[in-house]
Amino acid sequence: MSTSTEQLVSSESKTHDTHHGPAKGISRWFYTTNHKDIGSMYLWFSLIMFITGGSMALMIRAELFQPGLQFIEPDFFNQMTTMHGLIMVFGAVMPAFVGLANWMIPMMIGAPDMALPRLNNWSFWILPFAFSMMLMTFFMQGGAPNFGWTFYAPLSTTFAPPSVTFFIFAVHMMGISSIMGAINVIVTILNMRAPGMVMMKLPLFVWTWLITAFLLILVMPVLAGVVTMMLMDIHFGTSFFNAAGGGDPVLFQHVFWFFGHPEVYIMILPAFGVVSEIIPTFARKKLFGYSSMVYATSSIAFLSFIVWAHHMFTVGMPLMGELFFMFATMLIAVPTGVKVFNWVATMFRGSMTFETPMLFAIAFVVLFSIGGFSGLMLAIAPADFQYHDTYFVVAHFHYVLVPGSIFSIMAGVYYWLPKWTGNYYDEKMGKLHFWLSFIGINITFFPMHFVGLAGMPRRVPDYALQFADFNAVSSVGAFIFGISQLLFIYNVVSCIRKSNQASDKVWEGSHGLEWTIPSPAPYHTFTQPPKVD
Amino acid sequence: MNLILSAKNLTRSCYALVTILYFTVSQASADWQLNMREGVTEISRAVYDLHMVIFWICVIIAVIVFGVMLYSVIYHRKSRGAKAHNFHENVYVEIAWTVIPMVILIGMAIPATGTLIKMYDAKEADIDIQVTGYQWKWRYQYLESGVDFFSSLATPAEQISGEAEKTENYLLEVDNPLVIPVGKKIRFLITANDVIHSWWVPDFAVKKDAIPGFINESWAVAEEPGIYRGQCAELCGKDHGFMPIVVEVKSEQDYQTWIKQQQLAQAEKAKSAEKRWSLDELMVTGKEVYDKSCAACHQANGEGIPGAFPALKGSPIVQGDPAAHIDVVLNGKAGTAMQAFRDQLSAAEIAAVITYERNAWGDSLGDIISPSKIAKLKQ
Repeated sequence: MSTSTEQLVSSESKTHDTHHGPAKGISRWFYTTNHKDIGSMYLWFSLIMFITGGSMALMIRAELFQPGLQFIEPDFFNQMTTMHGLIMVFGAVMPAFVGLANWMIPMMIGAPDMALPRLNNWSFWILPFAFSMMLMTFFMQGGAPNFGWTFYAPLSTTFAPPSVTFFIFAVHMMGISSIMGAINVIVTILNMRAPGMVMMKLPLFVWTWLITAFLLILVMPVLAGVVTMMLMDIHFGTSFFNAAGGGDPVLFQHVFWFFGHPEVYIMILPAFGVVSEIIPTFARKKLFGYSSMVYATSSIAFLSFIVWAHHMFTVGMPLMGELFFMFATMLIAVPTGVKVFNWVATMFRGSMTFETPMLFAIAFVVLFSIGGFSGLMLAIAPADFQYHDTYFVVAHFHYVLVPGSIFSIMAGVYYWLPKWTGNYYDEKMGKLHFWLSFIGINITFFPMHFVGLAGMPRRVPDYALQFADFNAVSSVGAFIFGISQLLFIYNVVSCIRKSNQASDKVWEGSHGLEWTIPSPAPYHTFTQPPKVD
Repeated sequence: MNLILSAKNLTRSCYALVTILYFTVSQASADWQLNMREGVTEISRAVYDLHMVIFWICVIIAVIVFGVMLYSVIYHRKSRGAKAHNFHENVYVEIAWTVIPMVILIGMAIPATGTLIKMYDAKEADIDIQVTGYQWKWRYQYLESGVDFFSSLATPAEQISGEAEKTENYLLEVDNPLVIPVGKKIRFLITANDVIHSWWVPDFAVKKDAIPGFINESWAVAEEPGIYRGQCAELCGKDHGFMPIVVEVKSEQDYQTWIKQQQLAQAEKAKSAEKRWSLDELMVTGKEVYDKSCAACHQANGEGIPGAFPALKGSPIVQGDPAAHIDVVLNGKAGTAMQAFRDQLSAAEIAAVITYERNAWGDSLGDIISPSKIAKLKQ
């Protein structure tokens, strides 16, 4: 990659800064069209949502610490599980990846900014309003949505609290935000690459985001469609999901999961990208099988559209449908396996060091694989009749989402933080944060496999005595994990404040355009395109 | 600080903590069950075997992959002076680790398909039972013998709130269990009255969604008499965690005796509408019925849950014309969670509960709704 333009860029942007620095005060954040500002806002927003959704998780775990009802009523418990899921999926994980994309994609492809900067501003600023509306429902009569984050009809239509209408509107707003963000990512990557940055030279983070953006554009309208059908059923007398009026409650599930399955890849593909950046840096060795990584990501994206009904093995589909979705789902293990093997092969015969981002990345590979294994088990339809809707499923998707998506986001933040702030974070504190998170997470989620297999259904506020011990263990783990995230906030804030000047290259083994610009990255970068050989 | 991560380390730290907690957690009565139950049907054992096979396949792959990784983490670290090699592509390796997993998966798909085909074969059943999910109880209708009853949670509220000691089958006990004979093929026709529920008995490996307006099929042949417990598996609202399933498997002879008893009891119940009931009798029965069938939503004190379930205390329907009150209880209210109790309760029970609602909580209207009147309306 080019380093010859480094001087040119930095001196150019320094003089540029004095003319066109950020606006002063709060209006900087309202009016900004700068990809770095918007990226930061996305990341902060996601952190706030992570803490909000996390507090809800802790309330759930406090109630489940012992059998019996201690702290919260069953209806409020359902509101907690519902809002925890919605906030973590749409408020924490997705905006965090959009934040990383905003910061890194232009810097990785040698572009001065995102292609559509005003759209970018708007796609962020919709989110605080969408989530305010979502959280407002807690104060409405009948309380917040209580039908699970998957909001199956008719529980979410005929039997829903009145606040469901606000929930629908909030989902629409999030959808608009995501679609606009995705359009921006695609247009930027396809049009704004520096000369010489051909597609097959794109950093993997950019590739995975490009594919994710296509998934978003394809499925967010489906989500919008399904909530609109709900709205019609609730207010305008249609019967899409009401059998008494000629509809079908299972139709809801088909439409929802046609969105929902690609959605889970939307939350993991950028994570693959982040990890594929970090492992080569700290193994000091080129990523093994770059092109097979690109193909594997594309096949996962394609397969994600033909496996949705594996979430619905128990709805009573015909045998042939059941078999089709079982086989298609098992197939996903192949490209996913290829990715894991490639990461391991990258580490093999490298020269590894274990800074915080690398620790998170290695933990990602191991723990995401464990989530992948339980996913493979869930794909076996006859066995799924026993696993379905139990804590085994809860363990599975938390293994892919927490030490999967969330760990990769944290890895990415530690990895790029010195570039963003110009300062190194405190390595000791970073490692402490990692180890507490790693231990906390496994204590929380590993025992859930056991209670699930033993027969504990999910989404219950109370349980039979035989599940008591492992539930107590899980709750202890959850509090360890939850509280140790305060360290993360401390680490980020102190890294912004204190000065421990980072070099431009930041890491010994780093490679790529983002490491050719100064640390901290100036407000405007690559106003002259670099040349990539 | 260069601790090594591995699956081993992970489980070890888990076990260490588990051991510590074992001595500190107060509810030590529980067992540390780790795995799925084998169950008592041919299908449930086949499912268990599939589960174990796929589990061990995953374990073997994990040992190999994490093993290589662990080896690299230990030996290929910079602090040991490891120099990075330069290889980053190998088509043959890529093909190998695409093809080998494919072969393993095909090997796995074959037995899974076989079991699934068997599970779907609900033909030629000996007994048909319709299972209907209600918020938050189950209804069992024996299509051949006409036995028809509801089955709801039997755990007292004091145990849930912690005012009483929790007993062995806490949350897994019902008032009227489903009874089936041993060794007979039972076909379950599963549906729901309001929202989606899911009927799950782990020992039979039967889990099927109960969907309003549609009927799903499933079947089981229980091979051993005994009591088998399960729970609703699909979120169905507030008391989703409180609608267990209990199946009693009896010998053929005991089953026949039980069926006769049920038929007699049902006939008795139908007759009870003909006798004259006093206000006190109606109030006593009414309170029992109310606590079982109404209190989950409208609350024991009749005040409901604002925004979710309306209050009965002081409500215009309860204080107004009895005909409107009877209509709501008999036929439910479309578009809301209010169910039709026409088939759920006997005429006497409906009369009693309406009388109770009109006279409890200080509303004392002094109305008596007579069971015979309800019996006429029900026809």
